[in-house]
Amino acid sequence: MGIVNGKQLVITGVLNTASIAYRVAELALDEGASVILTGFGRGLSITRRAAAKLAGDIRVVELDASSTASVETAAAEIAAIWDHVDGVVHAIGYAPPSCLDQDMLSAPWEDVATAVQVSAYSLAELARGFKPLMEAAGSSSLVGLDFDATVAWPGYNWMGVAKAAFESLSRYLARELGPINARVNLVSAGPIRTIAAKSIDAFRTFQDEWPRRAPLGWDPLDATAVAKAVLCLTSDYFPMTTGEVIHVDGGYHAMGA
Amino acid sequence: MDRDEAFERFSDCAIKVLGVTKDQVKPEASFAGDLDADSLDLVELIMALEDEFSITVPESELEGVDTIGKAFDLVYGKLG
Ligand SMILES: NC(=O)c1ccc[n+]([C@@H]2O[C@H](COP(=O)([O-])OP(=O)(O)OC[C@H]3O[C@@H](n4cnc5c(N)ncnc54)[C@H](O)[C@@H]3O)[C@@H](O)[C@H]2O)c1
Repeated sequence: MGIVNGKQLVITGVLNTASIAYRVAELALDEGASVILTGFGRGLSITRRAAAKLAGDIRVVELDASSTASVETAAAEIAAIWDHVDGVVHAIGYAPPSCLDQDMLSAPWEDVATAVQVSAYSLAELARGFKPLMEAAGSSSLVGLDFDATVAWPGYNWMGVAKAAFESLSRYLARELGPINARVNLVSAGPIRTIAAKSIDAFRTFQDEWPRRAPLGWDPLDATAVAKAVLCLTSDYFPMTTGEVIHVDGGYHAMGA
Repeated sequence: MDRDEAFERFSDCAIKVLGVTKDQVKPEASFAGDLDADSLDLVELIMALEDEFSITVPESELEGVDTIGKAFDLVYGKLG
């Protein structure tokens, strides 16, 4: 029996087969879960192609995490299929080019606001939209993907600031959703070579450095370890863990050099 | 499959996914410059080609693929 056997999981953020969320979906199906994917905007047709590569007939629902109305519509569409949701995976991130790699001080507020809205505030959008379905599960889990925001990285810039907000928000949501027995946790991942990652020039530098410093090593082309942690957090094996950030980075974060 | 037949099928995919015309699909045509296709379009094209030819093209091999010719060579190289 799989670790998420019988769980009904909503997985956002599958763009293509390189997406971290794609690996999460693949493993979730292997481990016995039912899965609905969400896709967004121009990427939606790509998400549908990726979904077709997964086992079984996987439904894809449109969800723009920067729009309350879109999240509500998606939740309603899912509520017509499932009477509860055991887990929601947030794998959403975006920052306009001015927020990455450039001089921090040259990014206009409108661009920074977009980065924070799509990459951080969207966790609250998902929590609000899916709260009734999560409550109906009796016990449920919201899991997000983080990149360690306790330090400053080269080039990550305003996305790093958005991730710091994301980390803080996950703790506040843990506080607020505790009473409906919903857990909120993050997986802080090492670098994985996805489309989002490739939009950051400086990504190469820490991608190359990571396997050298991480005591367990690191393969930026394999998101399996990250996906496993996400699934553990949606499973019944972390019943008393919320407001937590679990590092899946080969141990990089714990080393001084 | 011979090269011409493969290119014919490749070309049909490109026309459908990128919304371009047949005469635009030339080996030297650049995705960004000539076909107005960005990285998401390229990702979608490659996925369509994977289905068309029953092949797998790892995302990591797409780096530096900026023309129709390079994309075709990548795909053709995967055929048995
Ligand atoms: N790749 C890494 O190295 C890495 C490391 C740590 C954390 N993360 C995080 O993992 C998550 C997934 O990213 P990925 O690396 O798999 O890249 P990806 O490009 O495959 O996924 C990013 C996803 O965000 C979605 N998205 C963007 N704007 C959206 C919106 N308005 N509404 C809904 N969806 C939207 C895209 O459709 C895409 O599916 C992100 O939160 C990212 O910050 C990535």
